[in-house]
Amino acid sequence: MTTQTAIKNKKSKGKLSGPKYPWLVHTVLILVSIVMIFPLVWLLSTSLKGNQQAMMIPPEWIPHPVLWSNYPRAITYESKELGFIPFLVYGRNTLIIAILTVSGTVFSNSLVAYAFARLKWPGRDLLFTLTLATMMIPFPVLMVPTFILFQKLHWIGTFRPLWVPAWFGGAFNIFLLRQFLMTIPLELSEAAKMDGCSEWTIYRDIIMPLAKPSLAVVALFTFMGVWNDFLGPLIYLTNQNTFTLSLWLASYSSQNGGTEYGLLMAASTLIVAPIIILFFFTQKLLVQGIAVTGLKG
Amino acid sequence: MNKRKETLTALLFASPWFVGFTVFLLYPIIASIYLSFCDYSVLRPAVFIGLQNYSDLINDSIFKQALSNTVIYTAAALPLGLVVSLGLAMLLNTKVKGLAFYRTLFYMPSLVPLVALAILMQFIFNGQYGVLNSLLREFLPFVHGKSWPPNWLGDPRFSKLVLIFISAWGAGNAMVIYLAGLQDVPVQLYEAAQLDGAGWCSTTRNVTIPMISPVILFNLVMGIIGTLQVFTLPYVISNQGSPMRSIYFYTMYLFDNAFVYHKMGYACAMGWILFIIILLLTLLSFKLSEKHVHYGS
Repeated sequence: MTTQTAIKNKKSKGKLSGPKYPWLVHTVLILVSIVMIFPLVWLLSTSLKGNQQAMMIPPEWIPHPVLWSNYPRAITYESKELGFIPFLVYGRNTLIIAILTVSGTVFSNSLVAYAFARLKWPGRDLLFTLTLATMMIPFPVLMVPTFILFQKLHWIGTFRPLWVPAWFGGAFNIFLLRQFLMTIPLELSEAAKMDGCSEWTIYRDIIMPLAKPSLAVVALFTFMGVWNDFLGPLIYLTNQNTFTLSLWLASYSSQNGGTEYGLLMAASTLIVAPIIILFFFTQKLLVQGIAVTGLKG
Repeated sequence: MNKRKETLTALLFASPWFVGFTVFLLYPIIASIYLSFCDYSVLRPAVFIGLQNYSDLINDSIFKQALSNTVIYTAAALPLGLVVSLGLAMLLNTKVKGLAFYRTLFYMPSLVPLVALAILMQFIFNGQYGVLNSLLREFLPFVHGKSWPPNWLGDPRFSKLVLIFISAWGAGNAMVIYLAGLQDVPVQLYEAAQLDGAGWCSTTRNVTIPMISPVILFNLVMGIIGTLQVFTLPYVISNQGSPMRSIYFYTMYLFDNAFVYHKMGYACAMGWILFIIILLLTLLSFKLSEKHVHYGS
């Protein structure tokens, strides 16, 4: 955020006098909180129940006894038939794709955004408008031809269709990073140029260190996107040993839907928990990042 | 000389995007347009059939059902999401204590990976063992009826409603954007309104809403693009959009055409119809907003 908006925020912080009926606001907030948090509590609670307990009527709010064994069972489910421990292999697959995608996204988009935000070249603004317009093209339009392209490259069944495109920029991240890079004074680059720095040195040693918060936001969004992605792996990952966690969870549930809820919820918790934990460590950054995407539009 | 070098450097920085744009956008777009006029099943070469795919779509009852499901879902989920997220943001903007705590709580549901969310909601809304129906039986014991409590996801009258509710549960993302917009409204405007004796209703209508109207437009357009493409949640939560294809949505049918029935040309034609719908709705939003959206200095 620029100092300007920071000051503006500070000034407007005291803007509304407290609510007229604080108890009313609090009641509504608490009710909404219950609705928002209940499903997650129920997820956790059920993941610690046996099959009988999970389907009990009336429901058992706090599992008694607490059944921890759902977790090791979910992690090693069908490991004998598969010959590997699914959760570990699928977790590793997801992480490999995530690391390759995140590094590609950060690297390529920071370069492209740098060109759009800090360099002068003919056609720049027109191309930027075009880039923004491409955000309107829904993925389903591109789904089939992209699949055919990767099929011709013999990439179906590998991770490549999922991470290679990330190395070539994407409209949303270009936009987000450009908005941030434009807030860094141009004089900084000009002074460095006077000192004989090349554009690459300015990018690497001056601008990127300053842009770290926005790069972190892009990295976080991208990581969550990969973790969450279902349609991509569903199309491209055809062998069971290349599955990601999302794909595993979906196929697991379609095989065992309606039975063994405790086990299913334990498996789901294992996929939800890392994202929630990551969120708690990066909350401030993320909330700011989301706000910027909407405000600078 | 110097200028040429400058342009060359800029083009080098932007080069990942030129490649990405050509290979992963321009080529698929052109291929998709061409394929939408072809009969193509991957195994045999594409045969040009003119407008056949499009005219087949008009007579395809499943297509019509998927389209109408998607339109109904969007028409309900989109406004509901906008109102809920704006409402929550306004609640949090009333200078109550514990803002950060509530913000975290309300945002958390939108972090849950969609596959896990689908599985969790399947369990919560289960007609027999679901905790929702347990609660309904407990707190509304006097309600009786043939289909009470409802078999939510098994009853075509309720299944869409469940998905609409789940989508509102993920309102946290838009809420954070609204909240940032609300905190940017200059305090003097509220003070002036207070001096004029304006009540909450008229302050909201005449100050708050106009001041954050660009944010509303942003959330609306993003919402249109995202909601019309809904896929993962209904795909995982239902079996082929059952019951009675009541939650069989546009992208699901497109996916099935492409990767289950191998009607690639047909799927491309569907993609373009979706694109035109998105384009028209986005243009309409911008057009309608001209009068109402207020951009600050």
